Amino acid sequence: MSVQTASRPRSAGTGTSSPTRLRTTRLRSPRTARRSRRSVALTLLMGLVLLYSLAPLFWLLVNATKTQDGLLNSFGLWFGGDFALWDNIARTATYDGGIFLRWFANTVLYVVLGAGGATFLAVLGGYALAKFDFPGRKAVFAVVIGAVAIPGTALAVPTFLMFSQMGLTNTPWAVIIPSLISPFGLYLMWTFASEAIPTEIMESARIDGASEARTFFQVCLPLLTPGIVTVLLFTMVATWNNYFLPLIMLKNPDWYPLTLGLNAWNAQAATAGGEAIFNLVITGSLLTILPLIAAFLLLQSYWQSGLSAGSVKE
Amino acid sequence: MTSPQVTVPAGAAAPAGRTSRRASRRSWAGWLFIGPFMAVFALVFLAPIAYSIYLSVFRNQLIGGTAFVGLDNYARALGDAQFWSALGRVSLFLAVQVPVMLFIALVVALALDSGRLYGRSFFRISIFLPYAVPAVVATLMWGFMYGTRFGLVGNINQAFGLNLPSPLSSELVLASIGNIVTWEFIGYNMLIFYSALTVIPKSLYEASEIDGAGQLRVITAIKLPAIRGAIVVASIFSVIGSFQLFNEPSILKSLSPNTISTYFTPNLYAFSLSFSGQQYNYSATVAIIMGLITMAIAYAVQVRGMRKER
Repeated sequence: MSVQTASRPRSAGTGTSSPTRLRTTRLRSPRTARRSRRSVALTLLMGLVLLYSLAPLFWLLVNATKTQDGLLNSFGLWFGGDFALWDNIARTATYDGGIFLRWFANTVLYVVLGAGGATFLAVLGGYALAKFDFPGRKAVFAVVIGAVAIPGTALAVPTFLMFSQMGLTNTPWAVIIPSLISPFGLYLMWTFASEAIPTEIMESARIDGASEARTFFQVCLPLLTPGIVTVLLFTMVATWNNYFLPLIMLKNPDWYPLTLGLNAWNAQAATAGGEAIFNLVITGSLLTILPLIAAFLLLQSYWQSGLSAGSVKE
Repeated sequence: MTSPQVTVPAGAAAPAGRTSRRASRRSWAGWLFIGPFMAVFALVFLAPIAYSIYLSVFRNQLIGGTAFVGLDNYARALGDAQFWSALGRVSLFLAVQVPVMLFIALVVALALDSGRLYGRSFFRISIFLPYAVPAVVATLMWGFMYGTRFGLVGNINQAFGLNLPSPLSSELVLASIGNIVTWEFIGYNMLIFYSALTVIPKSLYEASEIDGAGQLRVITAIKLPAIRGAIVVASIFSVIGSFQLFNEPSILKSLSPNTISTYFTPNLYAFSLSFSGQQYNYSATVAIIMGLITMAIAYAVQVRGMRKER
């Protein structure tokens, strides 16, 4: 056993451009599979983790089919009583004047503008960090990476006070503007762009007389697609699942996103005279997670390749 | 507050060095692209940090309005039993939950990468899925399951005539929160480790095969050292996450108001100080102290992780 081979592969894949490396990654799996036989014991062991990950989601699915009475009177991990899924969905959508649909629309608005904007800024910034040597580049890097360590919630109070002086609290902007910055997205895009875009392509575009904007949009942007999809999915999750920021910024339930709305419904049972609507909380929760799960499943091949090319890889 | 070395991810130095060699010429053109990011960044990160520091050296008094008090707020926090109790709680949480979560994630990632698993991509995507579930939904879901009324614990007690303690009791509630957080982030960390594993050059495996190394030896001598950077980054993210603990306890509070205090975690404490107590200045101080502690520990994790490597 040579210790030399065990030393860290500092240049793991860094010399090659991303498409080449992705191909070699795919080629490796059949090879490893041939070398080592599949293991039933290992599969069963991992099955435990799988069970742990999926059982709560199964619980959610099963219990979204139950009435409020059924929830109290049947076993949690299996269907029981009347099958009330469709009725629950209808009641979730119409309860309290259809406020759930309003929350859904708000969430979509926050995601489109917040996550969309965050991805756009991260792509532009990551591209700049990867492909340009500009004055202040090192400072930008230090400030942004340092900022990741600052607890987001530590910024909440001063941001709230600032926004309240600017008259932005209790408006959608208070949720959208802070969502526009994703340091993780910037980092992901930066490492991805430095691998996916050969500098020679940019130089030949410039020699052909293309402007910087044109070089970016027509030559480089297509090469960045898997990275962009990855960043978009992760900023989407961050915005769709955001709870703390809207909690402090919004008072008016008409502007709530789904997360805040669901929590309000749940808390309603604890207030004096409030109606317990746990079946609607559960059905609403199911409806809240479906779009993201669908997005992850549908775009699997894109974001997984984008992540392994652009993510921490040493 | 933004010490440059704090969380420089292991991978970051590599692209930086490489691109600066390759980038064509030094010009301001890059600012066309990074400018918009930095403008918004200044508004939502730098300005609030500056404002927070400003707030922390003032005090709003009933008589006389706002007065400059220097470091008084900091002194108050150091003697504040509630703050220490919150800090102790998240430290305990960090010490137990993070190692458990990262260990499981690492084992899963190694199993996926070993090629010895049936249905690998099914495992990978399924174990990742909880990450897509909002903390609010995850907490409500687990909160219901924890319930002794119509939750699973209640069901089990009823079915088997047992008397399992409530996961929401004051002794168990921190562990129950740890379980929720673990459930949410195993898949995310697994993915970080797995992505790092997939880019290990296969020549290393071939060399080890020639040397006759077994599976375990390959893991300890090649795979773990190769993904040390990813492990350090995942640990740093987890440290930051633990110290920021807010969503899960704050939502569980409505299911179990008596076991979760307003100062259960430092963030919950800072939140209650400003939004129930109107003590904005003191709240900003608590937030700054937590920011500093977080950065110090993240930095320590990084230094330790990198030193071991050599």
